[in-house]
Parts: sequence; C-alpha cells; structure tokens
Amino acid sequence: MKKHLLFLFVALALLTVLAACGGAATPTAVPEPTEAPLAEPTEAAPVEEPTEAAAAGGGNYVLVPKNLGNPYFDTANTGAQEAAQELGVTVTYQGSSVADATEQIQLLNSLIAQNVDGLAISANDADALVPTGKEAMDAGIPVVTWDSAIAPDGRDVHINQAESQGIGAVQIQMASDLAGGEGQIAILSATSTAPNQNEWIGYMEEELKKPEYSGLELVATVYGDDEDEKSYNEAMGLMQTYPDLKVIIAPTTVGIAASARAVQDADKVGQVFVTGLGTPNQMREYVKSGAAPQFALWNPADLGYLAIYTLNAIATGEIAGEPGDTFEAGKLGSYTIADDGTILLGPPTVFSADNIDDFDF
Amino acid sequence: MTTIHEENNKLTPQPKRRSLDFFLRWEWLLVALIIVVILVNSQLSPYFLNLRNMMRATSDYMEMGLMMLPMVFIIITGNIDLSVASTLAMCASLLGYLHIQGVNIWIAALAALLLGVLGGALNGYLIARVKLPALVVTLGTYAFYRGIAYGLLGDQAATGYPPAFTFLGQGTLGAIRFPLSAVLFIICAIIFGLVLHKFTFGRYLYAIGNSEEAVRYSGVSVARVKMIIFILSGFMSALAGVVIAARFGSTRPDVGTGLELSVITATVLGGINIFGGSGTMIGAILALLLIGLMRFGMGLVNVQGQVQSIAIGLLLIFSILLPNAARQLSRRGLQIQRGTAVSALVMLALGGFFIWFFFWSRIPVLNQ
Repeated sequence: MKKHLLFLFVALALLTVLAACGGAATPTAVPEPTEAPLAEPTEAAPVEEPTEAAAAGGGNYVLVPKNLGNPYFDTANTGAQEAAQELGVTVTYQGSSVADATEQIQLLNSLIAQNVDGLAISANDADALVPTGKEAMDAGIPVVTWDSAIAPDGRDVHINQAESQGIGAVQIQMASDLAGGEGQIAILSATSTAPNQNEWIGYMEEELKKPEYSGLELVATVYGDDEDEKSYNEAMGLMQTYPDLKVIIAPTTVGIAASARAVQDADKVGQVFVTGLGTPNQMREYVKSGAAPQFALWNPADLGYLAIYTLNAIATGEIAGEPGDTFEAGKLGSYTIADDGTILLGPPTVFSADNIDDFDF
Repeated sequence: MTTIHEENNKLTPQPKRRSLDFFLRWEWLLVALIIVVILVNSQLSPYFLNLRNMMRATSDYMEMGLMMLPMVFIIITGNIDLSVASTLAMCASLLGYLHIQGVNIWIAALAALLLGVLGGALNGYLIARVKLPALVVTLGTYAFYRGIAYGLLGDQAATGYPPAFTFLGQGTLGAIRFPLSAVLFIICAIIFGLVLHKFTFGRYLYAIGNSEEAVRYSGVSVARVKMIIFILSGFMSALAGVVIAARFGSTRPDVGTGLELSVITATVLGGINIFGGSGTMIGAILALLLIGLMRFGMGLVNVQGQVQSIAIGLLLIFSILLPNAARQLSRRGLQIQRGTAVSALVMLALGGFFIWFFFWSRIPVLNQ
C-alpha cells in the first residue's frame, strides 16, 4: 500500500520539479525582469517592452478598474494607453475579478509591494480603501482616483467624470422626454453600496422635486450588482411589478444594456423606454431598435487619459497635487485642481440615433 | 508566516496513531507545494521575499483564517456552514450601526460578538435540535444574515472608528511589522488545534463525522456537540467581522461577500474530508498559507483576478481527486482496474493542466 502512495508522491514531486524548472526558465528568457516586472503590456512582445520601459526612466503606472470584463473600464484603458504612449510611460491595466473592496485591497497591496510609480484607481469602497491609499502614499506612490473616489484621506486627487448633479439632471431630463412628461419611472443601479451610483440617485431624487417633473413618479430603485444576468432579471421584474412603467433609468453600463435587452425580450419596445449611462458601441442596436432611444455618458477614454496625465504630473513632481495646481493634459487641454481636491473632466454627452454613429467606443 | 507553521507543528498528530491514513501525509504534500510556490515566486518576482510586503499581505487573509478554524470542526463532523461571511457582515454592520448611534466602540464590538453567538446558536438549534440539514439551514441564514446587515446599514457606510479600535486590524508589532490580527489568529489556531487533537471534544467531532449513530449510542449528546460548534462558528465569524471593520476603518453591508467559499476552499484543500471524519488543523492552516502565498505571488506578477481564481479552483479539484485516486490504488493493490486507471489519468491530466495553467497565467495579461 505504502509503495503506491510513495509512487504517487514521487510522480508529483517530479512534476513539481519540472514546474520549478519551467518557472526558472521563464525569467531568464526575459531580460532583467527584476527592473521592470510590470512592463509586459502584450503577450506578443514580452521581450522588448521591459527594456523600453526601463529606458523611459520609470513611469510604471497602474490603472485599477473596479473589476475586469466591464467594457466601460476597458474603454478607459484605451484612453490611458493613449496617454501612456504620448508621455512615454508604461500603464498596466490590473483589476480584481469581482467589484469587491476586499479583493481590490489585496490587489493594491501587491501593487504597492512592487513599488509602482503611481496608482489610478476606481474605488469599490470609498472608505475601506482609505488605509490602503494612505499606505501607498506613505510608500511614495501617488494615488489618483477616477470614476469612483476614495475618501480624501486616502488619495491625492480625484477625477470627476462630471458633476454628480449634472449627471443626475441629464438622466431625469432624458427620462422626462421619453415618458412625455408624466408616468412611472424606475431606477436600476449597480451595487447598493457603490458611492457614485448612490450620489447620482440622490441627485436624481432631488431633480424630481422640481415642478417641471411633477408628472414623473419614481416607483422603485433596484440593484443589478453590475452583473448582466441579475440586471436583466431585475429589469424583467420591474416590468412585471409595474405594468404602467414608462422608463427604466440605469446609471450603469451593464444595467442599461441588460435592461434594453429585457425590454426587447418582453416585447415592450415603444411602451417601456430605457435610458441612463451607457457606451455607444454597446447601446447602438438598442438605440436603433427604439428600446433605448437616448442615453448619456462622458467619454471614459478621456477619463482614463486624464487620470494618467494627472498621475504623471504628480509622479514627476510637475505639480504637488494640491488645490489650485494647474497642468496640461495633452489633447484635453489645461486642468486645475479644485478646492476639494478634485478635477472635473467636463459635461456629459447625450447620445441618440442622430449622433451615435459618430462615436466608436 | 513561518511562525504559524512552527507553532502548530506541535499540534500535528503522531503519525503512528493512524499510520495508514492518507490524510496524515496530505500535510507533507501541502508543505512541498508551499516550498515550490515560494521557490517559483521568488524566482519570478524580486518583491516576493520582502518581509514587509509579506506582512502586509498576511492581514488580507486573517479574517478568512479566523472563520476557517471552526469550519474545520464543522466539516469534520460532516456538516457545513455557508453563513460565515454573512454572519461576519451582520456583526460588522451591527458594530457600525451602534457606532453611528454613538455607542462606545468596545461595547459595540462586544454586542457584535454576542450577535455572532446568537446567529451561530440559531444555526445550531435548527441543525442539532430540529435536525434540518446543515446545508439548507446555513443557506437560509446565509441570505437572512446578509439581509440583516443591509437592514442595519442600508446603503451607507459606517466610518470614523477611533484609532485605538482600528489598531486591531491595521496595527503591527515590532520592526518586522507583524500584523496584530495575525497574532490573534495564531492564538486562536493554537486553541482550536489543541481542542481538536488533544481533547475529548475533538475526538467526538471525528467520531460524529464517521458515524453519528455510534456516537449517539455511546451516550454522547450529538446535539450538544453540534450546537457548540455552530455557536463557535458564529462567534469566530463575528470576531472576523470586528477585525475586518477595524482593518477597513469602515463597514459596509456587502463586506466579505463570497468569503464563505474561500473559507471552505481552504478547509477542503487542507485535507479535511468534505464528508467528515478526517483531517487535521495543521493541514487547514497550511492550505490557508498556500492559498495566501499563491495569490500574493500571482498578484506580484500581475496575474488577473479571475485567472487567480481559476488557479485556486484547479488546485482544489486536484486536491480532492488526488486522495481519491490514491485510496483506490492502495485499496486494490497492484491490480490496475479500469476505474483506477481512468481516475489516475484524469488526475494526471488535471495536474498537468494545472501546472501549465499556473505558468501560462503568469504572462501578464494586458488589455490591447
């Protein structure tokens, strides 16, 4: 009996030794991975890139989304990569698999451990990430947040995609247009704890108190957790619970597409309209089918672009990251840090059948 | 990290006692895997063998560890507790809620621990006295307790804990910055390990896992033993909740979502038989160390989160398949039968796939 166990272990030991050899072989193939462990932006060219990054004299930044596999964040990354090319720095795109603060903290800890030159983070939890953000800044790593902020103690600068009030207002405006000024509306959000979502919903509720929106009735706010299937089911549930529902506002890219699909599948195009925040490529078919005739968004690529320019300005010492500091951000022009330590990207754009084909992101 | 190992080496049961039991050797396989992971990772990243970095990463796994200790007890008896992460969130949320209401933070922490005991007692009562299956009961309380967490805090966060409290989760000891939460874990691990391997209570747990009927006929109150382990689980989850609240310096009701699966993964990977009856505390602790080191190492070379999960998942399947195949082999001697051959083949294929995957995943995946 023992012999067989022994055999198994020997076999396993052999495998692990093989594995160890394989592991040892990988780094030797890459010149000096110790100096630029972050700098392998493509699978195709892992050999040349690290040397380039080393030649650029540091500038290893990491763009951290809330989670991976979300087209919104992927688009932000295209902007960040564009900025990286212009600046001659390296930007790695690293995120946790789920939008969860615990996993994001683990990820940030490993990035701090690698002594990266700067972090651009979309936070899953404004407060829970404060100790980690502080830890990074103590280690001399500048922290810029974008999309969703870390509380001021845990970051240098936050880049606001747009004023929350403006975002709330534009969505109620679109909902009112689509509902013809009166009727039931509902909100389908991401997670119930996402700070930006809740701020927008707060402003939407404020906006609804205005006399011109007195015909609109907010009947429910539901949460699809930024998961496609759950958002789809929540949208279906809304249409069943409220047969007279006119508009679903989904201030999340996952939620809006899932809701529009639900409206199509329920055969309610023309009866229930979806609006909110989405990306043109993802919403194009629904704009054309009439399930979601209008939606708004800032350009996430610009957001990623500005985040990297801001990070670079702080990391290179061009600015200190204090309120009042002004810097140039390439094609976007000049930005100034506001008194509350934030930078405003610009107003959101409304997309409809008229202009959607002008955009490709 | 090594301290955990050394301290608990004392707890390893004497191999002579059950020399034929495969699981006694399982720990050695884990040790071997840990050594391989350390060697490979230190080759791949110059930041891996940095004490400061390791200490910082350690605190990420301590809440998981605290919940794993009673989970070992529960799984050894052939039960399961799916509600641990929800209990953690419920208790952390109560702590946050009371803090917002202006209650002293230590009293709030005490109340959170008490709520954990109550939550565990409800699980225990339904399982031990009403005799409902643990899987169903804890699946119910998994949703129920998480719901209470949302009920307490809604979509707001409790913040502004006093520094003396956050020190519990963020504080470190000495020049090497050994996390305070790890000290807490080691103390708890020693206590749980001693109870499992040196006390009669621990022997009851194994006995229940092997044959509940036999234990009942020998005059031991199975219901009481089950009640105690579920209360312990509730208490330790609450303790983990207090620690996580202190580490984050804030509480949100969605804290620790999905952590119960990580806890069960570590337990099963540690060689605790999911059907009950066997496994050791040191195995579970080694598995936690292995998962922590693997995740930390993969993080350092920028392996994406999902890929990390796949690697851990494959490792888990491998860990269940291996002892199975080995048991079949040892039972049948040299006679290679079709079933044995197939499962050995599957195991080898899976092992190969895992190793291939482990290295493939180290190619930093980057968009575009």
